[in-house]
Amino acid sequence: MRVNPDPSPVRLHVVTGKGGTGKTTVAAALALALAADGGSVLLIETEGRQGIAQVFDTPPLPYEERRVAVARGGGEVKALAIDVEEALLDYLDMFYNLRRAGRALRKMGAIDFATSIAPGLRDVLLTGKIKEAVTRRHDGRRVYDAVVVDAPPTGRITRFLGVTAEMAELAKSGPIKTQSDGVMAVLRSPQTAVHLVTLLEDMPVQETADAITELTKAGLPIGSVVVNMATEPVLPAAEMRRAATGELTGADLAPALTAAHLPAGAAVADALATEVVEHAQRWAAQDSLRNDVESLGRPTVELPLLPGPMDVGCLFELAGRLEEHLRNGEVAA
Amino acid sequence: MSAAQPDAAARPARAPHPPARPAAQAPPMDLDALITDPETRILVCCGAGGVGKTTTSAALALAAAEAGRTVVVLTIDPARRLAQSLGLEELDNEPRRVDVPGVPGELHAMMLDMKRTFDDVVVAHSTPERAEQILANPFYQSLSSSFAGTQEYMAMEKLGQLRATNRWDLIIVDTPPSRSALDFLDAPNRMSRFLDGTMIRLLTAPARAGGRVGLRFASAGFMFFSKIISKILGGQLLRDISAFVAALDTMFGGFRERANATYELLRRPGTWFVVVATPEPDALREASYFVDRLSAEGMPLAGLVVNRTHPPATTALSATRAEGAAEEVLEADGPDAELAAAALRVHSERMVLAAREQHMADRFTSAHPEVAVRTVPAAAGDVHDLDGLRTMGAELTGADADTPTGTPRTRILPARRG
Repeated sequence: MRVNPDPSPVRLHVVTGKGGTGKTTVAAALALALAADGGSVLLIETEGRQGIAQVFDTPPLPYEERRVAVARGGGEVKALAIDVEEALLDYLDMFYNLRRAGRALRKMGAIDFATSIAPGLRDVLLTGKIKEAVTRRHDGRRVYDAVVVDAPPTGRITRFLGVTAEMAELAKSGPIKTQSDGVMAVLRSPQTAVHLVTLLEDMPVQETADAITELTKAGLPIGSVVVNMATEPVLPAAEMRRAATGELTGADLAPALTAAHLPAGAAVADALATEVVEHAQRWAAQDSLRNDVESLGRPTVELPLLPGPMDVGCLFELAGRLEEHLRNGEVAA
Repeated sequence: MSAAQPDAAARPARAPHPPARPAAQAPPMDLDALITDPETRILVCCGAGGVGKTTTSAALALAAAEAGRTVVVLTIDPARRLAQSLGLEELDNEPRRVDVPGVPGELHAMMLDMKRTFDDVVVAHSTPERAEQILANPFYQSLSSSFAGTQEYMAMEKLGQLRATNRWDLIIVDTPPSRSALDFLDAPNRMSRFLDGTMIRLLTAPARAGGRVGLRFASAGFMFFSKIISKILGGQLLRDISAFVAALDTMFGGFRERANATYELLRRPGTWFVVVATPEPDALREASYFVDRLSAEGMPLAGLVVNRTHPPATTALSATRAEGAAEEVLEADGPDAELAAAALRVHSERMVLAAREQHMADRFTSAHPEVAVRTVPAAAGDVHDLDGLRTMGAELTGADADTPTGTPRTRILPARRG
């Protein structure tokens, strides 16, 4: 229908990760990176926890698209926290002209009921809204250059994106089914990429591997693996290896400390050695997980652990790293 | 929080900021006494997802078995390697004895299979034909495997079952990895309210022909509502729900009663809660909510475990002094100067990190001065074998003052003087 001038066809970036890996932060930084040089980006929150408002340090987001950051070259990031009830009302309005009846239902608690009765209904509404934003046009032009989704965690991501299968089981007829088929067409296309955020820890890496298997089986396109909160080695490589085996004692450090006339006794030297050994062992454990991440065979980017509390300045720093990763054209599958 | 303002607690010890009044000191937590006390029958480990509830539960269970008790640990979602080390490779929803050589007590472990637990409840409380009907119902299948709260509800159900057998003198429960620690207490009730609720009764009224509720409410308005719901969800789903609820209705006196019974179990004497958090703002905020909730419900709190802390091996050298010393060592260029300078930088980073963690813990304690605290240092890698659990158990149950640096285990850094 339209010739795509972009080098990368990906317009919908779905960011998932195990709880605690910092996926909201990564999603926010990715939105900033995509907005650099004049892009218009929508960042969507799906879990109703106002995490985006927190990272951008703004008041809680209403159910409307609101600008949360400006990027270089006139780019902007808008954010939207989807309220499932409101989305259902929109839906009733759009398909059945039933907005007023919908409000009455809401008073009865029926909307809440309907979204709990069919867990998939929630996901259908969320993914429906996402698809709408990705495909929205104004005067023939796309409204957003990219849409970034702070998605549910890895354990739930395949089910979240693969609503069609579930709804087909549950609701064999009805317009919900028709709607979810349209959504799947977008989610399974090359304009979508699911990125997985992990830490260099056992569980997150394992869950990332599991999610990749599940997503692949469900025919959903996988993007990059983002290793978050990575630390830098403090020791030279050879010493690091030696320390990791535990063969480092206070006696190894004492001469240098004495030469600098430090009033450090043997006890302090021993304590320093203990800390170095722990540091090296932790590093070694992380490094072996780094190999596991590499063997997943996906484009990988590491984001550093930043000192101090997370603020908008930190986001721009992380966005810089992601921009570089994007420029290398490694995001798409 | 703004980044321009440096973390008060992370400032070097040389320029201390004396607090206006002495900061509250958390009382020590004696988990050893708690798990060895024969009066303690249930221990529930709660906290936000990803803080180490499962390893804490398993480590406490092993420690209790080593103290001679017959203990079972109910885990929800253990890491694969930890599960393997506990012999939990197959999911059979029944406790299995873990072979730990030389242990005077017994350690049993199980992993919750929520679908299976739900199926068992259905089978146990209905006739075979009825059970078959329910198990085959598509709505039941979706409810039992994906309804938000099923896992919490089934964890409580399983706990009730384990307690009823009286086979173990201590049950340690790990709670589901929900976003909020409160979900464990709230979800069972939410689910029973849902199944017992007016809305579901209204919707399913036609299935229970002649039901009083159905007659009274079958007004034009309601018919309209019912039509919309079936329009959105599809008629088949509604019929499935009707059939399911009708089948349940005759089966047992309502889900609510059952949920209430398990909830009450948590308030009985002999039940204790251990709240687990990492020294991070989100996890401690969750812990804080949970502590408030427990006290409102009259449920006994053993204390807070601050997991994965990074106490330095010495506190004699502050972060700034270590940083300065690293430069001096490089200038003096003695033997292995680079290595020694790196060691000093490692120490400096560690002091800064520990100060931040202590600051977080202090904030919790100033809001909850009565809550006992135990800090547990992070292991170098993940805990995934019995040795790792034993080490963690020692950190959890060791005497408060018994540390290499003499810093009490309630803290990460020594309390400031003044």
